Amino acid sequence: MCVAIPGRVISMDGTKATVDFSGNIVVADAGLVDTKVGDRVLVHAGCIIQTMNDELADEIESLMKEIEDISN
Amino acid sequence: MKVTMAHGSGGESTSKLIKDVFAKYFNNEILNKLEDSAVVGGCSRLAITTDSFVVTPIEFPGGNIGRLAVCGTVNDLLMSGSKPMYITCGFILEEGLDLDVLERQVASLAECAKEAGVTIVTGDTKVIENKGAEPGLIINTSGVGFISEDAQPIGPSCLEDNDVIILSGNLGDHHAAILAKRMGIENNIKSDAAPLSEAVNNLMEQKIRVHAMRDVTRGGLGTVLNEFAESSLCDIELYEEKLPVSSEVKDFCGLLGLDPIYMGNEGKFVLSVHPDDAEQALSIIRSSKYGENAAVIGDVKKINRATDMHKVVLNTAIGGKRVIGLMYGEGLPRIC
Amino acid sequence: MVGFNIKEIVEELKNYDGEEVRIMEVCGTHTAAISENGIPSILSDKIKLISGPGCPVCVTVTAVIDKLIELSMRRDTIVLTFGDLIRVKGTSKSLAEAKGEGAHVKMVYSPMETVKLAKEDPDHTYVFAAIGFETTTPVYAMVLEEAIKNNLDNLKLLTSLKTMPEVIRFVVKNGGGVDGFIAPGHVATITGSNVYKELSEELGIPFVVAGFEGAQLLLTIYSLVKMKGKGGFKNLYKSAVTENGNTRAKEIIEKFFEPADAAWRGMGKIKGSGLVLKEEYRKFDAGSAMLDEDNMPPGCRCADVLVGKIKPCDCPMFGKKCTPDTAHGACMVSTEGSCYNYFISGRQ
Repeated sequence: MCVAIPGRVISMDGTKATVDFSGNIVVADAGLVDTKVGDRVLVHAGCIIQTMNDELADEIESLMKEIEDISN
Repeated sequence: MKVTMAHGSGGESTSKLIKDVFAKYFNNEILNKLEDSAVVGGCSRLAITTDSFVVTPIEFPGGNIGRLAVCGTVNDLLMSGSKPMYITCGFILEEGLDLDVLERQVASLAECAKEAGVTIVTGDTKVIENKGAEPGLIINTSGVGFISEDAQPIGPSCLEDNDVIILSGNLGDHHAAILAKRMGIENNIKSDAAPLSEAVNNLMEQKIRVHAMRDVTRGGLGTVLNEFAESSLCDIELYEEKLPVSSEVKDFCGLLGLDPIYMGNEGKFVLSVHPDDAEQALSIIRSSKYGENAAVIGDVKKINRATDMHKVVLNTAIGGKRVIGLMYGEGLPRIC
Repeated sequence: MVGFNIKEIVEELKNYDGEEVRIMEVCGTHTAAISENGIPSILSDKIKLISGPGCPVCVTVTAVIDKLIELSMRRDTIVLTFGDLIRVKGTSKSLAEAKGEGAHVKMVYSPMETVKLAKEDPDHTYVFAAIGFETTTPVYAMVLEEAIKNNLDNLKLLTSLKTMPEVIRFVVKNGGGVDGFIAPGHVATITGSNVYKELSEELGIPFVVAGFEGAQLLLTIYSLVKMKGKGGFKNLYKSAVTENGNTRAKEIIEKFFEPADAAWRGMGKIKGSGLVLKEEYRKFDAGSAMLDEDNMPPGCRCADVLVGKIKPCDCPMFGKKCTPDTAHGACMVSTEGSCYNYFISGRQ
């Protein structure tokens, strides 16, 4: 299964990252991504698989714009 | 010091254990007589229950097996509308158990009984061989509660059309605390293990028209409400946005694929009340200890049709409807 | 048309009265999210959601489970697995049942734990049940990287690794008809969205990459309804999914694994739909070759469910002989399985 919610990196120790999910602290391997403290990340099976791009937060308003061209 | 088989022999070691540990904390007029059976005052209608407590780890954030052993039994008595009066407790100890650990459980049990307003009237101790792992203990408690003569029937089959469903606080804390400890996930989630005496006694004293009441333990809210719906031949509609769950527990569930609706609690109850009394009931619960997050979470629709069609339906935040069935499996996290 | 909101989208999906649209999600976590949000109850009868072959546990053939059981019975071997796989039946029993009979099976949260366990206990061989799609494969590659770094020769993988594109082609060709795909969010995180853009062009069927929130999924479904018959591609999960995906993850997959044919539960062998260890890393293989046998329990129609030929409730065993407590097929065992999700959320 995939963990659908992103967590936030709160500390790094080599390739190990400590990730916070609303107060739940999980240690994940960061070897597959470039990441730093403060990043929002997706964790899958104990590894960070992606650093999220917060500028592209998938808010509904921006998604609505994405699909403007097909909504008519 | 560790528990040895001699502590269960009935001889000198047993007496010493009773004196040094149990009598130190369980101190009351009835128990102090140390008779073969406790003789107590009564009333014409009694609620009686028994429950056994087995939990790993024995001690967890927010509680321990000693506290649980009181909460479980006292809360079961409260749910029938009775006032809990007496409890008994039987300890089954595994050889090798640390006496300090035992003493902490006994102290918690005594403290929680005091808070819940019940008297520990009799007890028993046995020692068994340890079969491998970390030595533990099992506690059984039985309890007696008094029911007032003029009390209205309360039970899962007593729900009425338009009743309001109230939940006494956040879902999932106990289950999440235990699992986090077992799985090594660090967080500040604490078990909600608590006696619900204050809230329930006040509801009863204020003559709130409670039609059904249940503590939300193993199997979670989903299981309790299904039993209500089935016994009372009604539908129950819940509203996702009104369900109280802390953000910490919500994300804990997200991490492990758990659903707070099916998670166990040890200090929460759900009740179905007459709609005209709902507001007062909510304020009574909210102003009692452990009830500050209480919320109206749904309502009851009584519809006459075949029994097996009665359902609990959750109205989701985005406007969907999802049937909340019985819990399947063991409520374990999906890990993959 | 700017300014419409999620309520209007809900209304439009509720009242949709055009041609029937069949939409498939090919990710188990999407299947679970769709049920949790009650999305099927929102959609008009003309919009059908079909759960595709995206739950790794559901598509694993019985030979793999049988092999894992065989390994776990060896005196010097311990099989490590994710939680869901442990309850799925092989030909005669599940890993959980084998464990009850003394087999060495341990559930772990992350494959990375294999490294730690193998290091601490050199007297036993640790075999990880390496199932999964493109999302999980790089994690296995990381495990091997660590194993090499630590000179571990008591760590092995039993692989049954799958990739999405070929099985999607298979479903389009052999399934019950699909008008649009909800592309798997986290698989696309690794592979990049371009894979699905290309598939949409090749197959002439629209694909939309989606996140896991209810509103995101509603918008995705809305888009696919609008795109029916026109093809096209959208990425509605841009915060996580880029065009080229996670290049570092793709490189490490390529370092250790190569494409191969793979056997899918109930569907048979599909060309180029899986990954196996490259020749030079086969010493880490616990015996994954030729595990094609697929002894589905009699009467189980999981295969037809997985390609969208029938809905779970059309299977005669659904909800009767087959419930989460008495599961026959893998789709009822896994909490991301189609049958399980239909059953627990009362989907029709």
